[in-house]
Amino acid sequence: MSLLRVEALSKEFGGVHAVQALQFEIPAQGVYSIIGPNGAGKTTLLNLLTGVYRPSAGRIWFDDKELTGRAPHHYAAAGVGRTFQNLQIFFNMSALENVMVGRYLHERCGLVAALLRFPSLARAERACRAEALQLLEFVGLAGYARAASDSMPYGALKRLEIARALAARPRLLLLDEPAAGLNPTETQEIVRLIERLAARGITTVLVEHNMKLVMGVSDHVLVLDYGRKLAEGSAESVRRDPKVIEAYLGSEAQAHA
Amino acid sequence: MSPQLLQYLLSGLTVGAIYALVALGFSIIYNASNVINFAQGEFVMIGGMTTVSLIAAGLPLALAALLAIAATTLVGLALEKLAVERVRSESVVTLIIITIGASILLRGLASLVWDKNLHALPAFSGERPIALGGATIVPQSLWVVGVTLVVVAALWWFFNRTLHGKAMLATSHNRLAAQLVGISVRRVLLVSFGLSAALGALAGILIAPITFTAWDVGVMLGLKGFAAAVLGGLGSGPGAVIGGLALGLLEALSAGYVSSAYKDVIAFGIMLAVLVLMPGGLLGRRSVERV
Amino acid sequence: MPAALRTARTGGMLALAVVIALLPLALANNYFYDVAVLVGLNAIVCIGLNLLIGYAGQISLGHAGFFGLGAYGSAILTARYGWPPLASLAAATAGVALLAWLVGRPILRLRGHYLAMATLGLGVIIAIVISNEDQLTGGPDGMSVPPLALFGHALTGEKAWYWVVGALLLLAVWLALNLVESPGGRALRALHGSETAAEVVGIDSVRQKVMVFVLSAVFAAFAGGLTAYYSGFITPGRANFLHSIELVTMVVFGGLASTFGAVVGAAVLTTLPQLLAVLKDYEMVVFGAVMMLTMIFMPKGFVPTLTARFAPGERK
Repeated sequence: MSLLRVEALSKEFGGVHAVQALQFEIPAQGVYSIIGPNGAGKTTLLNLLTGVYRPSAGRIWFDDKELTGRAPHHYAAAGVGRTFQNLQIFFNMSALENVMVGRYLHERCGLVAALLRFPSLARAERACRAEALQLLEFVGLAGYARAASDSMPYGALKRLEIARALAARPRLLLLDEPAAGLNPTETQEIVRLIERLAARGITTVLVEHNMKLVMGVSDHVLVLDYGRKLAEGSAESVRRDPKVIEAYLGSEAQAHA
Repeated sequence: MSPQLLQYLLSGLTVGAIYALVALGFSIIYNASNVINFAQGEFVMIGGMTTVSLIAAGLPLALAALLAIAATTLVGLALEKLAVERVRSESVVTLIIITIGASILLRGLASLVWDKNLHALPAFSGERPIALGGATIVPQSLWVVGVTLVVVAALWWFFNRTLHGKAMLATSHNRLAAQLVGISVRRVLLVSFGLSAALGALAGILIAPITFTAWDVGVMLGLKGFAAAVLGGLGSGPGAVIGGLALGLLEALSAGYVSSAYKDVIAFGIMLAVLVLMPGGLLGRRSVERV
Repeated sequence: MPAALRTARTGGMLALAVVIALLPLALANNYFYDVAVLVGLNAIVCIGLNLLIGYAGQISLGHAGFFGLGAYGSAILTARYGWPPLASLAAATAGVALLAWLVGRPILRLRGHYLAMATLGLGVIIAIVISNEDQLTGGPDGMSVPPLALFGHALTGEKAWYWVVGALLLLAVWLALNLVESPGGRALRALHGSETAAEVVGIDSVRQKVMVFVLSAVFAAFAGGLTAYYSGFITPGRANFLHSIELVTMVVFGGLASTFGAVVGAAVLTTLPQLLAVLKDYEMVVFGAVMMLTMIFMPKGFVPTLTARFAPGERK
């Protein structure tokens, strides 16, 4: 059964078709990668799949519930989490607090309880803090718990975003270029992290430029070009697809290899 | 058209033209720096009050007006050089508070340099009303509307046809890119404050014969100018003009047909409604958030 | 960190309580008490406004409108309709909460300068209505307000008010500190940090903004009502644009996103004009200059700047 289903999805900006009539399903398991040359519409697609953009046409189902046109927080409540290519960290908070915000959906947020700080809320806060610490540890940032997020290095912030997204306990996690700007060691750490996510049973959608990374971890690959689906299938079949080689791998693969 | 309606439209157009000038001042500075300059109204006041003083000192009107505009421009340049340029914070609120501080400071200075009384400026070409289709219009209104038209045309030419103007527009669209092609952003900022101050002063001189001027007229004119700029869409030149005229007409019509006490309530109420329906103002840029 | 945080919080509360308890030693006469009471009342407004501006990052240039509605609502219900003061205060505050909720939903979708303009317009509208409905409000000349009666005793005199306002100020600080350290409070700060990221982890941004907008309006209306009873006389000037600006200035001066900063900001900017009164005509000039210089040299505000200087290791 598919976890996320997209039908005839399109998005245009003032006449420019960033995403055009896309149709695909993301199965409820494993790593699903979306690749394509620069400007292929990958990030636009991710914004559509999380409600950040409203589609110009088409429909989106998550777990057989239609979410088309809903606000991002509805997507989050349904179980979709994501990270951002251009970091969206809450720089006015510590690393730990960033992750604690991620647990928002699972906290009681009553105003009166908060203002009067009921004992039950204080207990819940302790639990929240403990879980956030665990998640920081899971992504390898245990040492940064108390750090102000604006003092952390770039690579750590990328993982902080993953921890924050995980805190919402998503069933589908979309990672927008998690390895962009990272050195080879850091990239390896991200790869291992993605593998551990899969082991946790979280379906992961990976938007990535780094072909080696994609081909290594993906169960399924969707190739975009000019906002359209160019090819789809297993990493192996996509790699051999002549259309893909021509449009994307032809130039880029050599550059990356 | 009934003479009464025409009368309201004429007075709305006059006030609206002044709002448009003030709104243009807001938009020019906003484009250059993302700052809402709450001292814009004080430029209007300084322009009017300086002219009053210079005329009292025996200068002819045209010379007094020119000197007043020059003096106000200097105040605008000083505000940019001494305060705005020194701010290292990017926070919008911080900059707002600084310009509010400047407006209080300038108002305080005005009450010291001059006094706290109302002052009148003689009309540029007499007070005899001109009959027009059953309504009447004072010659000063023609001055207001005429000069505003000339200024708007001149600004259009400046921003679309001259290198300096294009450089300023480019900076408002993309500061970094403008810097990369060699535009001095600091200079653009300075020019924008000078230009806005000059526009404000001009508005203050034009309106003074109709409404009087005083040390604190800048508060309300500044508010209306800001409202007009937002209504039209912040940063848009045509938007500022349309916003100003719309606000002026709204006020005049509500004062005429509903209640003069509630004219501002109606004008601001409609402005709120427009903002709720069109969150970027009438001609605002539709921007898509990039993440 | 929870332990450290708790001590910082209780520490701050304790320090404020000690200041409130010991301040009377320095208050030589009723005039000083009067200034202290006004500081406390303004501080309550600023604590609420800081939740909106400092923590949630949403500007309001119209909060004097809520303050004025709270003041006039309480005054009118008591003076014109004979309601008991506490009931009037509660009803006026609830009415303002309802109004803030009704207008908050549409206007809090606006951002930045557009939100500033919308709140400013709202404030201007409220101020004009107050000064024009002279049957109810006494118009531009203002209206007198009967004293606040508590359990049959009229609360009069600066000294008695000092202790009541002091206790309420402590309560307001406690409530605000609690909120900021709760999931809802974190959600507000997240909105300030990145609205998109906040939405994506499930935060309904409009709902959260409306919630804090209503809360800040309640703080303003409540303090406004108290101010009316305390002063015994109110004028429409308390609801106008300049007063809104004054309130925002207090919050920014003290330090955005610092509850104690809001208190300090209210204290300094309420006291300063009293001190400057000796300068007579130069009062406005100096006040404006102080505002500008503070923002140029301490853009983060008073309390955060000092905290950073004396405790570089500690964050927030």
